[in-house]
Amino acid sequence: MNKNIKRLGRAGQAKPVWFTALLFVILLFTSPAAASVAAAAQEEEALGMKLAKQAVRSDKHWTTVDHSKLDALNQNFTSGDQITQACLSCHTDAAMQFEETIHWTWEVPSEKEGIMNGKAGHAVNNFCISGNAMEDKGCLSCHAGWDGTDGLVNCLSCHGKEKFPFKETFADLAAFAGDDDPDLQEIVEELHADIKTAVKNITLPQRNNCGECHFKGGGGDGVKHGDLDTSLAKPNRMLDVHMAADGADFSCTRCHTTVKHHIAGRLYTRPASAERKSLIQDDMASKITCESCHSATPHSTTAKMNDHTDKVACQSCHIPEFARVNPTKMWWDWTTAGKMKDGKPYEEKGEFGKPVYKSIKGDFIWAKNVVPQYFWYNGSFDNIGIKDEIDPQQIVEVSHPLGSPDDPNARIHPFKIHRGKQPYDKINKQLVAPLLSGPKGFWTTFDMDEAITLGNQTLDVPYSGEFDYVETTYAFPITHMVAPATRSLECSACHIRENSRLAGISGVYLPGKDKSDFVDTIGLIAVLGALAGVMLHGLGRFFTRNGKEE
Amino acid sequence: MARKHTKKIYLYTRFERLWHWSQSLMIILLIITGFEVHGTYTLMGFETAVNIHNFVGLFWLGSFAFFAFWLAITGEWKQYIPTTRKLFDVIRYYMWGIFKGQAHPVQKSPGAKHNPLQRLAYLGISAMLLPVQMVTGLLYYLYNSFPGMSLAPLAVIHTLVAFLLVNFLIIHVYMTTTGHSLFSHISGMITGWEEIYDTTRIEEWETKATKKA
Repeated sequence: MNKNIKRLGRAGQAKPVWFTALLFVILLFTSPAAASVAAAAQEEEALGMKLAKQAVRSDKHWTTVDHSKLDALNQNFTSGDQITQACLSCHTDAAMQFEETIHWTWEVPSEKEGIMNGKAGHAVNNFCISGNAMEDKGCLSCHAGWDGTDGLVNCLSCHGKEKFPFKETFADLAAFAGDDDPDLQEIVEELHADIKTAVKNITLPQRNNCGECHFKGGGGDGVKHGDLDTSLAKPNRMLDVHMAADGADFSCTRCHTTVKHHIAGRLYTRPASAERKSLIQDDMASKITCESCHSATPHSTTAKMNDHTDKVACQSCHIPEFARVNPTKMWWDWTTAGKMKDGKPYEEKGEFGKPVYKSIKGDFIWAKNVVPQYFWYNGSFDNIGIKDEIDPQQIVEVSHPLGSPDDPNARIHPFKIHRGKQPYDKINKQLVAPLLSGPKGFWTTFDMDEAITLGNQTLDVPYSGEFDYVETTYAFPITHMVAPATRSLECSACHIRENSRLAGISGVYLPGKDKSDFVDTIGLIAVLGALAGVMLHGLGRFFTRNGKEE
Repeated sequence: MARKHTKKIYLYTRFERLWHWSQSLMIILLIITGFEVHGTYTLMGFETAVNIHNFVGLFWLGSFAFFAFWLAITGEWKQYIPTTRKLFDVIRYYMWGIFKGQAHPVQKSPGAKHNPLQRLAYLGISAMLLPVQMVTGLLYYLYNSFPGMSLAPLAVIHTLVAFLLVNFLIIHVYMTTTGHSLFSHISGMITGWEEIYDTTRIEEWETKATKKA
């Protein structure tokens, strides 16, 4: 009887087994998961890389003008203004255009009534604090004029290929003028020839031109940004895939596109880019963003990473750390400024060979390979200016990114947060703008109270006469120093319960980092309860021997 | 108590066994990788866990559709029709009778593979928990294709059901040891042949649903 059933069963099942196996195989190759595996096996170049290579393929700049052949430049210049006039003899509107840009004015209207942003305006930071309406002459080394704010635009700041000491050379020429000494005349001729060579060596702005100021903002190499320092003059691919000679070899203006000398970039409260568009959608986009060339789905079609681009900025994963070659300043404490050694100001050097104390400035902390902080960011910043009220009980966010998880244009973006302590007016509850350079500045007098009085006067902001120090933060978006794809962040840098890089980010559910405490608790209780239950039941069966009596 | 005679019956076809074990493999893989993605522990790394979870999840989705089709065509779905008859007898048996050596109130037969408690449990799993898990899992996977959809509620439901499935798994595995020997149920699911007591009487109502006309 048993045998019969067995035989019947086997015989009856023979066909369905093969049929079933066949169906499973068919299923395997038709399921979407299988398709994804097959696609991954092909290892096709990611869409974003393909598009970006196309976008930069024809980047060969050419021109019909050889500046070395122009008569206008073949003069014996004795002042910077003469050089600019020579430029303007052909480029008639260039200075007019440039003088309207923030690069010249250092001012940009803010949304607040009567408040100007910008270094020459009411903006402050937690480095040298304020430009004091350009009265702080120390700032002028970066002003693109021949003589501070006086005189004409110095076109060669941005368009000169050669870094030439014009100011000193013109001073020498002036000193030698009218002297008949043939030796001196020979020197004068040499100087004229050197100037001519420098003037004729014209270029579109190169990394070094922009870097002369932007690499050294805040008073030295790498002080301010964290993702901009002299290491980007000649970076390798590990530091910056876009600017490296063995990478895409971009100049700054490859992304910071320019219209009438207005160079696209970050401008205080105005979003750096209001919308994220590809060059296919809008090839006249005012600023090139990652997505302009790489598209919104840059990874290979099957990659889960493409599902991140609606919430996470490319920079968040692709710039794992900033200041990877040169250190950057992370902390600046003004409270300790003014100490003397033997009655003289001094300086102490620390790790990286960078100053950790300067009598004129206070204490510093420098760092390398810094892990960014992450915030929702829609391209705009909230700034606290000299006229804004502050709450000195709190850490004051002098500059902080704006954006919320609900904003479709906001992304989780990496930032360098520069912290420090700086003076504020205790009565008026405002940050203050001490005058630093010059004979009456803090760097000469070491009298903070007087420096604030003079500094605030330059900006027409009243000062009560009582100051103290408050801790502040200043945020810089991290967007340069894009590492090769192989160096981008692991998933678990963020998708992890402990020490997630996005621990401070809310408004989006991150698998691995986030959980419902309620569900996890009742789930765990239920699982443990089930385990305990079956163990008790099993023990019961063991001790009752299932009721069997032997 | 008198010694009982047993006999072997062919209960589970090859397809059912293949389905059972492949599904159990998939569910266990999904639980292991799923709780790693959830952040409960680190085992193979987040990225690997996600990739395996996605692959197995999608594969399971496809194969489950195929299984549902098989159930519908063969009429085997009738094995899952819930009934309250003898349900409480079965519950009372597991709570009390099993310790007393009493006989199981409902025995297995090809026409009635599941007792009323199993029917209810498996129907709950297959018709409630698994579909919820598949829908939330698929939406989770495709979440970027639905603008404005929030991940948090999907993830929370998906996690909750995962916990319930772990619960089911624990109890289910334990219950396999309650046959007439510790491994008789498991070996039944491996070989297809299950040993039951010879004296067992299968009642008409139990197999009515699956009786061929």
